[in-house]
Parts: sequence; C-alpha cells; structure tokens
Amino acid sequence: MNLLASEEAPNVLAVPLDELILGIVAFLIVFWALSKLALPGIRKALEERTSAIEGGIARAEQREAEAAALYERYQAQLAEARTEAAQIRAQAQSDRVAIVEEARSEAAEAAAAVTARADAAISAERAATVASLRREVGTLALSLAGKVVGESLEDDARARATVDRFIADLEAQASAGH
Amino acid sequence: MSGDVLLAAESGCHLNSGCGFPAPDASIFNFDSIVEFDIAGLTFHITKPMILLWIAAAVVVIFFVMAFRRASVVPRGMQNVGEYGYLFVRDGIARDTIGKQGDAFVPLLFSFFFFIWVLNFMSIVPFAQFPVTSRFAIPLSFAVLVYLLWVPLGVKRQGAGAFFKSMTMPPDVPKAMYVLLIPIEILSNFIVRPFTHSVRLFANMFAGHMLIVTFSVATWYLLSPSVIGILGSAASFTVTVGLTGFEMLIQALQAYVFTLLAAVYINDAVNAH
Repeated sequence: MNLLASEEAPNVLAVPLDELILGIVAFLIVFWALSKLALPGIRKALEERTSAIEGGIARAEQREAEAAALYERYQAQLAEARTEAAQIRAQAQSDRVAIVEEARSEAAEAAAAVTARADAAISAERAATVASLRREVGTLALSLAGKVVGESLEDDARARATVDRFIADLEAQASAGH
Repeated sequence: MSGDVLLAAESGCHLNSGCGFPAPDASIFNFDSIVEFDIAGLTFHITKPMILLWIAAAVVVIFFVMAFRRASVVPRGMQNVGEYGYLFVRDGIARDTIGKQGDAFVPLLFSFFFFIWVLNFMSIVPFAQFPVTSRFAIPLSFAVLVYLLWVPLGVKRQGAGAFFKSMTMPPDVPKAMYVLLIPIEILSNFIVRPFTHSVRLFANMFAGHMLIVTFSVATWYLLSPSVIGILGSAASFTVTVGLTGFEMLIQALQAYVFTLLAAVYINDAVNAH
C-alpha cells in the first residue's frame, strides 16, 4: 500500500475537501431517504397503535359507564318494587282491619235485629197474656163474687175455703194459659 | 484487511526471521484512490473509505425502508428491531433532551445515530475492516451539518440577541465574571464546538482501529517456531478478539454520544435557558 505515505507520516487531522463534501452529501441522502421513505411508515404505525390503545380504553370506560347506569337503574327499580310491596302490604293490613270491623258491625246489627225481633215477640205475647189475663180475672172475679154471694156468709170456714178454691183456680188457669 | 497487515503477511516478516516489528502508524488510515474524477475543478479521490461510506448509506437506507415500509400496528420481524431503534432515538434522545419539540428532530437524530453506527461498525465487518469515521473529514462533515442547523435555528427561534445572550452569558453569575466568561463561552460554544463534537467520534474510532491493527499485526508477526513466539501470538490473537468485542460497544456508544450531543446543541437553539 502507500509506503510513501508512511514515510511522510500523514496528518490524521487533515480534511480533504472531497471527503468532507462526500460525507455531507452521503448524510443528506441518508437523511432524505429515511425521512421520506422509512420513518413515515413507522410513525404512522405507532400513532395507529396509540390511538388503538386509547380507543380501547375509551371503549372500556364507556362500557363501564353503561354498566354503572344499568346498575343504578336496576337499583332504582328494585327500590321502587320494594316500596310498592310495602304499600300493598300496608293497604292489605288496613283493608283487613276494615273488613273485620265491617263483619263485626254486620254481625252486631244482625244480633241486634234478632234481639229486637225477640223483644217484639215477647212484648206482643205479654200484651196478649195481660189482655187475656185481665179478661179471665174479671170473669173469675165475677164467678167468685157469684159463688160468695150464693153460699152462706156465716160460715167463715166455708168462706175461707171458697177463697182458697178461687186462688187455686187462678193458679190452674195461669198454668193452663201458658 | 488493512494495508500493513497484508504487507506483513506478504513479506513473511516474523519474529526471528530477521525483520523488526512492522508497527502500524497513521499511514494505515490513508488509502490510494481507486478512481479519481474532477467536478468543478475539485478532484474526488474514490478510496476504500469512500466506497464504504456509500455502502453504509445504502445499508442503513435499505434496512429501514424494508423494516418500516409496511409498518403494521402489530410489529413483526424487521419492524420489531427497527421500531426498537426508532423508539430509542425518539424517547431516549429526542424527547429526553429536547422535550416536546424533540419530535421534529427525530428523523435527523435517527439518521445520525444509525448512519454513524454503521460507519463505525465497518471497523469489524470482514473485508471492510475500516471505521469510516476514523477519516476525520467524515465526522467533521456531520458536525458541520449540526452546527449549520443549530446556530441559525437558535437565531430564528429566540431572536439573535436573546440567543447569543443565552449562549454566552450564563445566568446567576456576578457581573464582573462576564469579562472572563463571555470570551470562554464564545470560544467553547461557537468556535470549538464542531471540533470537539467531531474529534470525540474520530479519535475513538481512530484509536480503536489502531489497537486492533496493532494486535493483528503482532499476532502474525509473533507467529514463529518458538515458544515465546507462539505464546505471544496466541495472547495477541486473544487480545484482538477481545478488542473487537470492546470495539462493538464503543461503536454504538460513540454513535449515541454524537447523536446525543447533536440533540443537546439543538436543545440550546429551541429551548432558551
């Protein structure tokens, strides 16, 4: 190789102008080619990946929100149903009391009607009895008076017997009347 | 293989064969032109590093165009690897350093990182075996591009006055100190920055290549019918293999450092401090 050069001990810091220019040109070509042909592809792929990941996160967040809303709605519906059930139970409770009260008053009315009817029958019977008794007592009094008058009034014993017979008759009549 | 290793192999120069150790020097970084042509009075020397430069450019472009052309939401195959690299540059360099406005600079930083990495990696690719970035003009050309981006960008975003003030007058410093600080800041931020930026990459790749070549040459040179020669040769070979692994690390690290510094400079321009 360059034996001459080694004898001259070349300056390693020498800058040949042609090499400087070639270095600049070579770099500019590499830079142009990479930034036009290679790097847009990878930049686009990385952006797509980022947006895919961010889109996935957004979708997941949306799903989560939807699920939370659904849960909220179910909770509300459940609470509503519970309130409704409680209202129905309370309604039934008060209805039951009303029904029992009604039944009780009806029964009481029926009982009162029965009692009234019985009272009326009894009083009617008594009135009839009193009327017939009054009639019979009159008759008996008349017959007793007739007997007393017909018998001799001297004999106290007889008179007393007559009265006893009259009372016995009365009793007999009273028991027969019933 | 580099020139001197071939030279040593061809010459049959070994220990005890009457020739001294053909230590590699800076000339292993100089190559003869394969083709030369003139454009506008400037002669272009198409040497091996310049061919490797274009091969590396093609590799980077073809790999990432194939990986990302039909990028899908669910990555597979090459896209997985490429996507890892893309996210590393976007999140680990652009957004970490520049913040919200970093996304606009991802293509630039991505190109720097992977192009420089492949240029560095050429150091251990069989038959290439030369880090293109150890030609100082190459890292310098990248650093010049970064410089030509961030300085006008800073003027545009912050206004010339505010930008140069923020770059040369650190806040919370006693006024008297500005006499000292302003010249230092101008020197470090506007004059030597492209050089520190490029020399860091260049010197690392230069030194790494030099080490690997030295131990490769030693492996060949020490290979001779003697105990010390065989032991030395085996040890040198082991070191060469170890250094190659170490270089892989340095190649990625230096590509990262260059890109990170580019991001830091861009941050100076877009975010006033």
